[in-house]
Amino acid sequence: MILIPCPHCGDRNSSEFTYAGEVHSRPSPGDARQGPWRDYLYGKDNPAGWTEERWFHGSGCGKYLRAERHTVTNEIRATRPEVGAGASSRTRP
Amino acid sequence: MSTAKRLLSGRPTKMRITSRPGEVIDRSKPVRFTWNGREKSAFEGDTIISALAASGERVFSRSFKYHRPRGILTATFHDPGCSVQVGDEPNVRGSHRLVTAGMKVTAQNVWPSLKLDVASANRAAGRFIGAGFYYKTFIKPERLWPTYEKVLQRFAPGGRVSADSPHGSYDKRYAHPDVVVAGGGPAGMAAALGAAEAGARVMLVEEEHSLGGHLRYGSETELAALAELRREVEASGAIEVLVNSAVTGRYDGNWIAILQRNLPHVTERLVKARAKVVVAAPGLIERPYVFEGNDLPGVMLSTAARRLLNLWAVAPGTRAVVLSANEEGDATAADLSDAGVHVAQVVDARRGEQVVRARGAGSLSEVELGDGSKVSCDLLVTAVGWTAPTLLLNVAGDRPVYDERAARFVPGDGLPANVLATGGIVGDGPTAALVEHGRATGRAAAERALARDGTSVTIPSLSPAPHPALYRSRTHGIVDFSEDISSKDLVSAAREGYDSVELLKRYTTATMGPAQGKLETINTVAVLAEATGRSIAETGTTVWRPPHVPVSLGALAGRVLEPVRYSPMQPWHEAHRATPIVAGQWIRPEHYGDPAREVRTVREHVGLIDVTPLGKLDLRGPDVPKLLNFLYVNKWLKLDIGSVRYGLMCGEDGVVLDDGVTGHLGEDHYLMSTTSSGADAVAHWIENWLQTTFPDWQVYMTPMTTAYASINVAGPKSRELMSRVVSDVDLSPEAFAYMQVRRGTICSVPGCVMWRIGFTGELSYELHVPAGYGLYVWESLLAAGEDLSAGVFGLEAQRIMRLEKGHLIVSQDTDGLTQGYGVGLDGLIKLDKEDFAGKQELEWQLERQGYNHLVALLPDDASVVPPEASQIVTGDRSIVGRVTSSRLSPSLGRSICLALVAPQLAETGKSVTVHLPDGTDVRAKVSEELAQFDPGGERLRA
Repeated sequence: MILIPCPHCGDRNSSEFTYAGEVHSRPSPGDARQGPWRDYLYGKDNPAGWTEERWFHGSGCGKYLRAERHTVTNEIRATRPEVGAGASSRTRP
Repeated sequence: MSTAKRLLSGRPTKMRITSRPGEVIDRSKPVRFTWNGREKSAFEGDTIISALAASGERVFSRSFKYHRPRGILTATFHDPGCSVQVGDEPNVRGSHRLVTAGMKVTAQNVWPSLKLDVASANRAAGRFIGAGFYYKTFIKPERLWPTYEKVLQRFAPGGRVSADSPHGSYDKRYAHPDVVVAGGGPAGMAAALGAAEAGARVMLVEEEHSLGGHLRYGSETELAALAELRREVEASGAIEVLVNSAVTGRYDGNWIAILQRNLPHVTERLVKARAKVVVAAPGLIERPYVFEGNDLPGVMLSTAARRLLNLWAVAPGTRAVVLSANEEGDATAADLSDAGVHVAQVVDARRGEQVVRARGAGSLSEVELGDGSKVSCDLLVTAVGWTAPTLLLNVAGDRPVYDERAARFVPGDGLPANVLATGGIVGDGPTAALVEHGRATGRAAAERALARDGTSVTIPSLSPAPHPALYRSRTHGIVDFSEDISSKDLVSAAREGYDSVELLKRYTTATMGPAQGKLETINTVAVLAEATGRSIAETGTTVWRPPHVPVSLGALAGRVLEPVRYSPMQPWHEAHRATPIVAGQWIRPEHYGDPAREVRTVREHVGLIDVTPLGKLDLRGPDVPKLLNFLYVNKWLKLDIGSVRYGLMCGEDGVVLDDGVTGHLGEDHYLMSTTSSGADAVAHWIENWLQTTFPDWQVYMTPMTTAYASINVAGPKSRELMSRVVSDVDLSPEAFAYMQVRRGTICSVPGCVMWRIGFTGELSYELHVPAGYGLYVWESLLAAGEDLSAGVFGLEAQRIMRLEKGHLIVSQDTDGLTQGYGVGLDGLIKLDKEDFAGKQELEWQLERQGYNHLVALLPDDASVVPPEASQIVTGDRSIVGRVTSSRLSPSLGRSICLALVAPQLAETGKSVTVHLPDGTDVRAKVSEELAQFDPGGERLRA
C-alpha cells in the first residue's frame, strides 16, 4: 500500500485517501470548446513516470493535497497542500 | 523379528516408531479423530497426515484430472495430494493442520469413495486429456455449455462448502516493526537476532508450527544448534515471533502482508506490517523428480521422509530405495536405517545412477533402475535438488537468474535497499555459515531500518553449492502434481507452439494449482528447455506472485467495523414494530405494518416521518451565495433570509448528482439539505470546489447530518399540530408561507430549524431538532396530536406519496447517464448564469437534443404495477426506455409509474408498450403531468 506523506498529518496509508486524479485546470467558463472540456473531464495523460495528482485525505485532515508520484514505482517525492499550494511542502528524506 | 514385521505387527498406529530426539509429538497426550468416519488415534503435535500415515494410511486424495491415488509428497503445507475436508471446511492442508480431538476428517475430490473412484476411468482415457483438453473440448456447441459446466463441476477438485457453516472469527492488525524476517529457519532466526542486537524491533514470521526450519528434522548437532538459537530468540525481548504464520506478499512502501493462523479463537488474522526493512529467509523447497510413476503413493521427497521420521516418528515405509544426489538424500538413507526401515538400495545420482520408473497398483511396489534392474520396495525417496522460493524478491523487482553450477535459480541483483535475503535462498553451507550470514544480514537490516551508517557491517559470502542438474529421467512423469500435468503434456504443448514459459503456463495450467509453482516451476522450465533445445537460463522462469499461501476472504475482510447508523428515534420505531430497511449506512423504518394506511393518515390527518438520514450541511461565510450559485443549476444570489429554495446539482459532465433544498437562516448562514444517500458525496464535492478551485472564497462547510434529528410533519392538520408545540414562531400561512424557514422552539427545545417544504405534497413542516432531543420531540408531537388522529409513516408511504406527486428521486429516476435536461426540471436550469458546475455539458445537451425524458406512465390496466426496471419496447422489440418507479397509489386507486423514455415517446397521451419480467406486455399512456395527485399544488401551499 502506498504511503502518502500528508503535509498536515504525516505518513499515512493511501487507504485513508481518495484519489482525485491528475491535476487538470478547469477551462475558463464561457469560451470552453468541446475538445478542451472533454479533455478536462476525461482526458488523462497517464504517463509512465512522474505525474502531479490530487489526493483527498478524507479519513484524516479532510484536506486536498498535491502529490508528485512516479506511476511506475509509486514513489512519492513530494506533497504539498492544495490550498495555498507552494506555501509549504513536505519532501521525503 | 524383522523390522518390517515389527512395524506391521498390527498395533493401532502401526507405522509409529520409537521416540526420536527431535519429535514434536507429545506421547502423553493421545488424541482421537475420525478419517472418513473411522476412528483414528494420534498424539498432540501430529498433523492430520502424519497421524494417518502413522496408522498405515497411504492414499489421501485423488488427482485432479486422472483421479490417480495420491499420497505424501512433501509432508509440508504445500503437499499437493494431502488436501482434505475437516468438518465443513474444505481444502485443508492436511500435512500442515494439527489434529485436534474429535476432528472429523474426510477425503475430498473422490467420488464415490477414496478406494473406489469412478472417475479414475479418466485414467484409461488419459491419453485424450492432454494439454489444453478443456479449451479444445468444451467449446462447441454453445448450447451445451450448461451441460459441460455440470460435468466439469463433478470432476473439479476441492471439498464441499456448507451454506450453514458458522462465520469464522477474523481479525486485522497494523504493525510497524523495524525489521520483518520472513522465514524462521537458522538463517532467519539469526537475522532476527542480529537485527535485535543492533537495536531494531523485529517480527520473525515462520510458516510452520515452530521455529527451526530444516534443523528441526536434522541431526543431533543440528538439534543442538537449534536449541541454542531458540533460547537466544526467547531471551531477546525485541523479537516478536509469529509461528504458523506466513508472509504472503510485499507491497508498495515495504507493506508486508502476514497471515497469522496461530491465535486462539481467531481463524485467521491479517497483519499489515509496515516494515522499514524486510529480510527474506524462506529457505529452499525440495524439487520432485520427473519419471514414470513418480506420483504413486510411496514416492516422496527426502525432506518428506525425514520430516515424517524425525518430527512425528512415523516410518514412511518398510522397504526403501533412496535416489540421492546430495547430502540430504544421504542423511535420509541414514535416518531410515537408524529408524529401522530397511534401505534396499541407495541409487547415487552423482555416479550417474538413475531411477527410470516406479510401479505399483494403487501404491508403490517396485522401482526400475537405469541399468534395468528392479527393486521391490514400498518407499522411494528422491533427493534431486532445490528450488529457491523467490516470491519476496520478485515482488520487490528482482529477477532471479539461473545458476548452472548449482542447478537452481538464485537471486539477481535487483533488490531495493529495504529488502535483504539470507539463508538457503542465497547459498548453501553448514549451519554455522547460515547463522553467520543471517546474523550479519540482520545487523545490516537494522542499520538500514534505523537509518544508521551501516558501513561497519560486513556480510560474509554465502554461495550455492554445486549440484547435478536432475530434472527428468528418461521416462515421462508428472510435473505438476496439483494440476495433473505430465512432462509429455508440456512437450506436446511446446510442439503446438506454446514455447514461451509464460504462455505454456497459461495454456497447460502448469504451476497454476494449489501449490502455485513451488514444487513444479523449475521442472516445468526444464522440460520446456529440453523440448525446445534451449538452456534453462535462456528459457527463463515464471514470476512468483503473491499470495505465498492461500488467504481466506475472511482474513482480507477482517472484523466488520462498518458503522451502522440509527436515528435517535430508533427505540420508538423498534417498540412500534417498524419493519427496518437498510439505506446505505442507515437502518430506517420502511413501514409500521400498513403503508397504504399510513398514506391515508397523511392525506387526511397528519403524519410524522423520521427523515434524520437527510444530508444536512451547515454553510457559513459571505461567499455562500456564490457557492450555491455554482453548485446548483438554478440561481441563488438572491434568497431572502427566512426563505428556502429547491435546487438541482449536476456534475461537470452534466449528469444529475443530487437535489435538495437550502435555506437562508441568517446573515452569512445557510443550511443545505441533500438526499440521504448523497450526503457524503455532496460534502466531498463542496470541499473539492472550495479547496481546489475557489480557495479564496470565504465559506465554512460543516456536515450536520447526525447533529440534528429530522422529522417531517405532513398532512392537512400539520399546522394545527405545530401550533400546539411551537410557541415563538408565527405559523399563520401569511407569516410562515410555503418555502420558508424559521428557527424557534419546539416542545420547549430551543435551536430548532423548521421549514415548510414537503416531499409528500401535503402541507408540511420539516423539523431539524438537536439530536439529543429527537426522541422526546417525536413522542411529544404524537402525544400532542392524538386527538388529530396523528400517526407515523415510513419510507414506503413517503415513496408512494412522492410518486403520486411526480417528485423524482435522484439515482432511482435518474442514472449515471441522465443529464440535467429531461428530468422535468428544465425550467430550473439557468444557462444565462456566467458559470456553474455542468453548465457546458448542459448547453451541449440542449443543442444536441435526443435525450430521454422522465414522464409519468399510467398503465391501461390500472391494477397492473409494472415492476421497476421493466423495459419499454417498440414493435420490433428495441428498447426505448424503462420504468424507474412504480407503485399502486392508494390515493388514486390505480397504478402509477415514472419512466425514462426516448424523446419521441415523451408526448402526452402517447401509448407505449411495457415489457414485464414475466414476458408479457402491457400498454400504458404518457400522462400530461408528472404529478397525478394535486398537480396544482394547492394542498402544499395551504
